[in-house]
Amino acid sequence: MSSEYAQEFSVVEGKPSLRSLDEIISKPLNTKPGLKYYLALAFTLTLLSIGAVGLAASLYYGTGLWGNNNPVGWAWPIVNFVFWIGIGHAGTLISAILFLFRQKWRTGIARFAEAMTIFAVITAMIFPIMHTGRPWIAAVWLLPYPNQHSLWVNFNSPLLWDVFAVSTYFTVSFVFWYVGLIPDFATLRDRATSKIKKVIYSVTSLGWRHSNRHWQHYEMVYLILAGLATPLVLSVHTIVSFDFATSQLPGWHTTILPPYFVAGAVFSGFAMVQNVLIFVRKIFNYEHIITVDTLEKMNKIMLLTGTMVGYAYSMELFIAWYSGVNAEQFAFVNRAFGNYAWAYWIMFSCNVFIPQLFWIKKIRRSIPMMFVIAVFVNIGMWFERFVIVVTSLSRDFLPSSWAYYSPTITDISLLIGSFGLFFTMVLLFAKALPAISIAEVKAVVDGSQPTHHEEH
Amino acid sequence: MSDKKLYSYTALFDTPNKIIHAVKSVAEKGYTKYDVNTPYPLHGMDDAMKLKRSKIGWVTLVFGLLGTASAVAMMGWMMTLDYPIVIGGKPFFPLPAFGPIIFELSVLFGALATVGAMLFVIFKFPNNSHPMHDTEYMKNVSSDKYGISIEAVDPKFNLDEIVALFNGLGAETTAPIYFDEEEVNYKPTILDKKFLGFLAFVAFATSVGVYGTMNIALYLPPFDWMVNQDKSSPQQTSEIFANNASMLQPVKGTVARGFIPYKFSNQPEQAGKLLVNPIIPSVENLKVGKEKFDIYCSPCHGYLAEGDSRLNGKFPNPPSLHSEKARNWSDGSLYHIIVDGQNIMPSYSSQLSKNDRWSIVNYIRVLQRSLNAKESDLL
Repeated sequence: MSSEYAQEFSVVEGKPSLRSLDEIISKPLNTKPGLKYYLALAFTLTLLSIGAVGLAASLYYGTGLWGNNNPVGWAWPIVNFVFWIGIGHAGTLISAILFLFRQKWRTGIARFAEAMTIFAVITAMIFPIMHTGRPWIAAVWLLPYPNQHSLWVNFNSPLLWDVFAVSTYFTVSFVFWYVGLIPDFATLRDRATSKIKKVIYSVTSLGWRHSNRHWQHYEMVYLILAGLATPLVLSVHTIVSFDFATSQLPGWHTTILPPYFVAGAVFSGFAMVQNVLIFVRKIFNYEHIITVDTLEKMNKIMLLTGTMVGYAYSMELFIAWYSGVNAEQFAFVNRAFGNYAWAYWIMFSCNVFIPQLFWIKKIRRSIPMMFVIAVFVNIGMWFERFVIVVTSLSRDFLPSSWAYYSPTITDISLLIGSFGLFFTMVLLFAKALPAISIAEVKAVVDGSQPTHHEEH
Repeated sequence: MSDKKLYSYTALFDTPNKIIHAVKSVAEKGYTKYDVNTPYPLHGMDDAMKLKRSKIGWVTLVFGLLGTASAVAMMGWMMTLDYPIVIGGKPFFPLPAFGPIIFELSVLFGALATVGAMLFVIFKFPNNSHPMHDTEYMKNVSSDKYGISIEAVDPKFNLDEIVALFNGLGAETTAPIYFDEEEVNYKPTILDKKFLGFLAFVAFATSVGVYGTMNIALYLPPFDWMVNQDKSSPQQTSEIFANNASMLQPVKGTVARGFIPYKFSNQPEQAGKLLVNPIIPSVENLKVGKEKFDIYCSPCHGYLAEGDSRLNGKFPNPPSLHSEKARNWSDGSLYHIIVDGQNIMPSYSSQLSKNDRWSIVNYIRVLQRSLNAKESDLL
């Protein structure tokens, strides 16, 4: 290695030959999965079918089956929507922002995290579309299209901004992911032994030839997409937070919401990616590609974003006191000590206190410990959205309409089903597509890049 | 073999350093139609091939700005020109509220155009008929070898020289790549029976699907619940109420807003004496008076209250309001006639509010004075 660069730790442990990387990454695609995989799939499909029953009932009988009622008109569906959109943010952060910062450790996990982004956004979109009440004509209400009423959608509404933000986010994430997959499809095409696989990979690889005249543009496009996706990912949760921040409800009407939502989204997204990767590296023997070093770096980001979220919680309380607005002060005292204090303190301890354990290096590198902490983070982040949506609405400006919100069995089945849908898609992805970017990992293996001795 | 058409001559190298060195030599020799194929992008390869920096960023810029302009134009046209609606007192062109969608559409246009331009314009994808496909060379470069290929169309192409050059550079293997004869001689036929059958099937399936969804499925439960929900129309019977009417009468003694009962009904003298005009004439309320007079009074009384009806004898003409008698009536008497009617003139109390009636009285006074002006009024 060249001596003029500071010694960097290898991203990939050992020095696997490039061909062995092809083999290990494409192995799940070419072999029948084991019993463990089928058990996992059976479990997620069970969750999914529970959700499917709830969804079918909601479609047939309508949203009256849900616990939403005056004054809590936005309840679990919006909580789940914000939660899943937030999960998606880690993927784009890993694939775009860390790419711009030249963080090589992202290569092992970027593909998986991007796929999780796409699945999380798909899962998230179910909730607002169902919440429109008649989802079969939701597109008619959400998109500006010339119609017989000659009416247009309301571009002043943050809910419409959401439609544009989420659909743009989904489209750009999908394109980014697909562009990354093209060289891998070409590699798989050239390894394929069965005719049908060869046809599929020929179509999906579009005829990629690994030509350097192509790589030259490809790398520039990847950089541009990362540059576009970076402000995009920040904008998506910002705009989601506008749904709340542009209203006048105490507890929602705060300027801190956009950065606080973005930090929270990255926080929960990393926790989810970390949880899933721990299983993936074990099941598919990727321990040397998705290393403990990588997981430790993810834990550090969780520690950072968790602390930012904790700062936001404290700052909300401070501003409520400092503003001198009675309604605002009431909203926050009510959050911490009112009917929903239990939810608030679950949120606070899971998001702020428990991740502080990551200051200890041993815990940061211990797989069971980090797994449990990340599970707590996701529980905490779900409750954060619950606290924001439900506490503020259940104590609105009209004390006569105050009510205690409880979810119904349909709400619960939809939440369970959303986890089922997400993990089913993750499992199918891990079996059907290269879970790790073959081309990108090859480029960061030791000795895979030319040394610079000749030039000096 | 000799009738096969040569596409290029290739060499495979097994380390990144060797391929960089080889590419530099090939470039120095003056070859231009050559390409390097590597399983992943190699640092320094663009310099070795003397490639200029990719200009695809311009596509992003132009289409990103096009997205910006489209968003502004779309929202501005829809909300400001085509169908302006007041929403929360916001302006019709609320630029700050347009911000998020302007941003999203700029990113969307920029990203899609960049990827589209790269794949479909620069790379001319999808292209699975390239001669390199399905060769040993391609199978190696997509896994762990680094290949270089000099095309036969290069002006300096000379097979022997190139073989010698590659061997001198330490190539692992060298091989020619030929055009695939089947693909070179392939004549595409659009009017293929299978293809036409496929098109017909797609057309049929789409038509049935769209018709079934739009005209049948959306009228089945639960999609029709919103339309067919339980409700009572005004003239229908209803089982809910004792009198079987779906629309109930107001409670006895209910008074509509602005229509407090008139206490001088059938007492014209009392009204003329006791009612006091509460409205001081002003330009504004005289305008209201004129408007209401023209609507409700003028059809019979005429625009100038001269009793010149426009009803062509369908209804008896009233006397002129400029008679001595009418001019001497008090404001209260005029008001009473509007409320209660007189002779065959009906009551106008349900059409005119209190304020309107007094404004009409004031306007009648204006007409009376201006049509019967004294000399002193001219001074």
